[in-house]
Amino acid sequence: MKFKNLTPWTWLFTALMLAGGYAVFVRLFYGLGAATNLSDAFPWGMWIGFDVLCGVGLAAGGFTLVAIVHIFNIEKYKPILRPAILTAFLGYVLVIIALMLDLGRPDRIWHPLVMWNPHSAMFEVAWCVILYTTVLSLEFAPVVLERFRMNGALKLVHAISIPLVILGVVLSTLHQSSLGTLFLIVPNKLHPLWYTPMLPLFFFMSALTVGLAMTIFESWHSARAFGKQLEVGLLRGMARVLAVIGSVYLALRFLDLYRRHALGYVFEGGTESWLFGLEIALMIVPVVLLYQERIRANSGMLYACAMSVVFAFITNRLNISVTGMEAGSGTHYIPKWTEVAITLAIIAFGFAVFRLAVKKLPVFAEA
Amino acid sequence: MAKAILYDSTLCVGCRACESACAERWSQPYNKTIAAEEKLSAHKVTAVQTIGERFSRRMCMHCEDPTCASVCPVGAFQKTALGPVVYDESKCMGCRYCMTACPFQVPTYEWGKLLPRVKKCDMCFERQSKGLLTACSEACPTEATICGERDQLIAIARKRMADKPDGYHHDIYGLSEVGGTSVLMLAAVPFEQMGWNTKLPHEALPALTWRALSMVPDVAIAGGVLLGGVYWLTHRKEKVAAAEGRSKSAKKAAAGDASCNEKECQ
Repeated sequence: MKFKNLTPWTWLFTALMLAGGYAVFVRLFYGLGAATNLSDAFPWGMWIGFDVLCGVGLAAGGFTLVAIVHIFNIEKYKPILRPAILTAFLGYVLVIIALMLDLGRPDRIWHPLVMWNPHSAMFEVAWCVILYTTVLSLEFAPVVLERFRMNGALKLVHAISIPLVILGVVLSTLHQSSLGTLFLIVPNKLHPLWYTPMLPLFFFMSALTVGLAMTIFESWHSARAFGKQLEVGLLRGMARVLAVIGSVYLALRFLDLYRRHALGYVFEGGTESWLFGLEIALMIVPVVLLYQERIRANSGMLYACAMSVVFAFITNRLNISVTGMEAGSGTHYIPKWTEVAITLAIIAFGFAVFRLAVKKLPVFAEA
Repeated sequence: MAKAILYDSTLCVGCRACESACAERWSQPYNKTIAAEEKLSAHKVTAVQTIGERFSRRMCMHCEDPTCASVCPVGAFQKTALGPVVYDESKCMGCRYCMTACPFQVPTYEWGKLLPRVKKCDMCFERQSKGLLTACSEACPTEATICGERDQLIAIARKRMADKPDGYHHDIYGLSEVGGTSVLMLAAVPFEQMGWNTKLPHEALPALTWRALSMVPDVAIAGGVLLGGVYWLTHRKEKVAAAEGRSKSAKKAAAGDASCNEKECQ
């Protein structure tokens, strides 16, 4: 962000931060009722549906790449490993900020550490957030330690890097799927287009697709912003994997609908059907396209396909947390402007910190 | 052994004495405006609803295997041996998962407060521990709401239906809904006409989550071992290659050439 010459982006950033700041003020000093359109019938809204569910998913590029590079030892992906870890770490920090605003008693966010209920999916989610954020900070630590030449600490982090990597991938798998587990308890509320005992698996698989898509997205933007050569060769390989995982995921989604006799709802024609259709279309189109060599070789098409997968993912999470829950809760929910303002400010903040980190730290200068 | 409440809507005259007694028990204001709000809220732990010419009553159903207790990450909800499902506000961090998860949409939230709490009926746990009746059943003038042992209440419900076969829809709401509840309800008409959810499963909901959650330790251990194995395999190749005298950089260059040849980066 160049603050010397005021670009439209700077203005946009400032406006979003001001609006978000005011919304945070309303939330903290006037309460959830004043800051949100949440109600007893609809207690989870945009902050859970977008900031938390999508935020965690969009951070999935981190563990996907860590597994590819460190565990499968495919070294050619190393140049984009650090930006992916940075994004994941920032993503988790932003999710925690959003959670702090959404929780009725943010001062008690530490309670799950000492008050245990292993039967609760939310308990699993809480522990995954805490542990994986710790792991991500340690995975990103070398970048900071290199910058400030803290060699002793660097050695220490390197010494535990292998167990750390494995722990991180396991925690991510559990965390992504546990967000799906959260919704297993509402068979009577969540629309049959989405409610399935397979939710944990589907959350994990879609997180893999979006993890790959976000990596393509980030690499594309980083290359542009920092005048670096886009690693098209790398991204093509990734796009191929994305197409395979995406098609297995889609096939399983429809197989599951068929087995639950829920295929009829697809053509019912209500809001649910249309938004389900949107979610599926946004996924099918890029998956089919990415099977073609011609498309994968074209960096513009690659980018468009990745964006489509990201939007498919966001639509899916919002469908599950909002669209699919409305009828079952007997109410409609449209976020208040303050909810939107805080979400946008968090995203803008994330972009700004990412830019700053990339400028000041050796994120792209992988040894 | 466990305490329960029987609400017989055929006897309810809509006097709202239960509402008023309940508000007093919770030290909450109660007036005509609040009486007219026919829904549960943070200041109305029970609500009488007008359904045409009939009346219905909403309150926490005190499930035998409560969903709220299973989903709460900090264990703020507890099914007591006495029967009531109680809430410990000192544990609650306000995630509101209980509200999302409750099959009866019972827990409400103090949305307007800066230190909000969940609100729901606790079946007068303190009064019942001392052997007193719940405030609502003590206040009810028509025996539409009575409290006692669950088994006895079921027997009373069956007897009422047998004595007056034309006056009842012959079923007890709460007998098996989500695995059974400690609040049982009777109606003159099919339950869905009373606005009571008849589409609920007859098994307790917590098992739905537990099926997935109980797999977590296995997935974690198996995943860790599997990933460790893959790591060992992929890195062993490297060591073998190094031992055979092929340096990593040479291998890398070879791999780079290969990928260049097959794609169009000439």
